[in-house]
Amino acid sequence: MASPVLRLEKVCKSYNIGQPSEVEVLHDIDLILERDDFLALMGPSGSGKSTLLNIIGLLDRPTSGRLFINGQDTAALSDAELTHLRGHTIGFVFQYHNLISAFSARENVEMPLLVDRTFLSPAITARASALLARVGLERVMNNLAMNLSGGQQQRAAVARALAMSPDLVLADEPTGNLDTKSADSVFELLREVNRDSHTTFLIVTHNVDLARRCDRIVEVVDGRIEA
Amino acid sequence: MKRWMPFEWIAASRFLLEGRLQTLFIIGGVAIGVGVIVFMAGMLSSLEANFIRRVLTSQPHIQLVVPDQVARPLRNGGGVIEDATIQRPAQRIIPMNQWPKIRDQMLAMPGITGVSPTLSGSALVARGEANRAINLVGVDPATYFGIVPIPDYIVAGEARLTSEDIIIGTELAKTLGATVGDKLGVSVVSGRNRVLTIAGIVDLGNKGTNLRNTYVALRTAQSLEGMIGGVTTIDLTVADVWDAEIIAQQIAAMTDIEADSWIATNAQFYSGIKAQIMGNTMIRVFVALSVAFGIAAVLVVSVIQRSREIGILRAMGTSRGQILRVFLIQGGLLGFLGSLFGALMGAAGIIEYHAYTMQPDGTELFPLVLDRWLFIDTALLATLTGLLAALAPAVRAARLDPVVAIRG
Ligand SMILES: Nc1ncnc2c1ncn2[C@@H]1O[C@H](COP(=O)(O)OP(=O)(O)OP(=O)(O)O)[C@@H](O)[C@H]1O
Ligand SMILES: [Mg+2]
Repeated sequence: MASPVLRLEKVCKSYNIGQPSEVEVLHDIDLILERDDFLALMGPSGSGKSTLLNIIGLLDRPTSGRLFINGQDTAALSDAELTHLRGHTIGFVFQYHNLISAFSARENVEMPLLVDRTFLSPAITARASALLARVGLERVMNNLAMNLSGGQQQRAAVARALAMSPDLVLADEPTGNLDTKSADSVFELLREVNRDSHTTFLIVTHNVDLARRCDRIVEVVDGRIEA
Repeated sequence: MKRWMPFEWIAASRFLLEGRLQTLFIIGGVAIGVGVIVFMAGMLSSLEANFIRRVLTSQPHIQLVVPDQVARPLRNGGGVIEDATIQRPAQRIIPMNQWPKIRDQMLAMPGITGVSPTLSGSALVARGEANRAINLVGVDPATYFGIVPIPDYIVAGEARLTSEDIIIGTELAKTLGATVGDKLGVSVVSGRNRVLTIAGIVDLGNKGTNLRNTYVALRTAQSLEGMIGGVTTIDLTVADVWDAEIIAQQIAAMTDIEADSWIATNAQFYSGIKAQIMGNTMIRVFVALSVAFGIAAVLVVSVIQRSREIGILRAMGTSRGQILRVFLIQGGLLGFLGSLFGALMGAAGIIEYHAYTMQPDGTELFPLVLDRWLFIDTALLATLTGLLAALAPAVRAARLDPVVAIRG
């Protein structure tokens, strides 16, 4: 049987280790994400959702416990190896200001590919254009990032998260800054991508209606996963 | 985005373009600094060239002469000086012993590019009623013109030196009211004399020299002074004029001949130039420092402004090294672009100043020296300064914790 896209074993995270202000924010988190999963992560503010997402996204290391990506233990990987693995297997969509303002929507989508290959190629540009068409932005492709509406920026961010064909897309309140209608359509976009390309999604949201439309809901309370 | 540019260059140039005003101001700042350096260095080169031109047009880099005849104090056996007042004997024209051997030694020495034995002594020229004491220099045109390029300074006639010819300076010509083709009577202390024809009139750029120095064929001088086959001096040119003193000292140590470099004979001028070079170097260092601080300040601010974007770039797989290079390149570009504008400004300044100081008769006060190495060196220095200045901000950017940067 193929390994799950993500497996967490007893992951703990503490901040300010060794100082009087030391706090354990995550306690013994176990979590498995299979290919194709579409999971909503919920929980009150300060419960540790973003912390967990950062650890899963290899932006941060757990204080203890193990993290496997496609069966590979990440504990032994160097910083540079983590960066490489992150670039190739994980896509990010943040709550706001996802795009780099000096670049157009298309250039933003090209960016992960450019970072990986160093030089731009017609193939990269074609892929970025196709992805932007996929998220419904073909008409504003060449607009500078800052000239896009909030919803358009989030769509472009989704396209960029998909540029490297990641196995896992992590979205931290991707619709948190949008009005209901835009939030709904961006969420629907994520669903469609999940259906079409079998990409695994882990979405942090406070929106119960949206969470209900996910395959699974996991709730974090005080740094623990509630059944 | 350009296909031929790697990621780091694309990001660096876009970041600079996006920060329009910041970028413009710092490039302006760098340009002013570089402009000052270029202007100062250009002026200094011009000054130096002017000085060298004035000094070295009529003077060899090194002159070998027979040491002064010094009367030795009378000593009693015990080393007690009996009569300490020494009278210097009148200096006669003293031939150099074994000069062909010395000449051959000089020809074999590295760094020496021209060797010419000459005979110089004083004489009296007369034309009609007018007469004048002069310095009569007997030269071998073939070698001597390589050391003092008389033909380049001829203003009338030609640089021809057969045994019947004499070349005189413009001032002497004026004093005597003589022109090319006129005959001059030349006599020396011993009473020997000869009539020579003015072949050319030369302007050596210095009034005194134009009055005093006259040139004849070596043989003519030898026969006038009664020193057949003899010479009094050997004139030398060296590859690098600034090496002249060192080489002169080597020669003095090697032979018992006195070697006078142009640097020693113009010690005051020379130390003036040295002081200028020192001052110029100091200014260069301080301008480079202020340019570096300016660039560093702008990039530190840029790193702070772009923290979130750096975090997002890191999240999408950009390595620390790539982030480091993005900011180093920005520093290098700021230095380089600033130096381009600065070099243009500095060069324009020198050209303008050169034109402004042009004398009414159309002659220049100083020669215009625009060495392309000055521009290449300055551009390299500015680029390097930019890179070094960018180091601290770039390291800071590369070390940003993406989690913190994205959280904001
Ligand atoms: N660098 C840090 N140092 C100390 N404590 C931290 C740090 N980062 C986060 N925390 C703490 O960790 C806990 C979890 O924070 P986290 O951002 O993961 O919560 P969250 O569930 O994402 O909240 P929200 O829903 O508001 O985004 C909080 O109590 C927070 O104060
Ligand atoms: Mg959060």
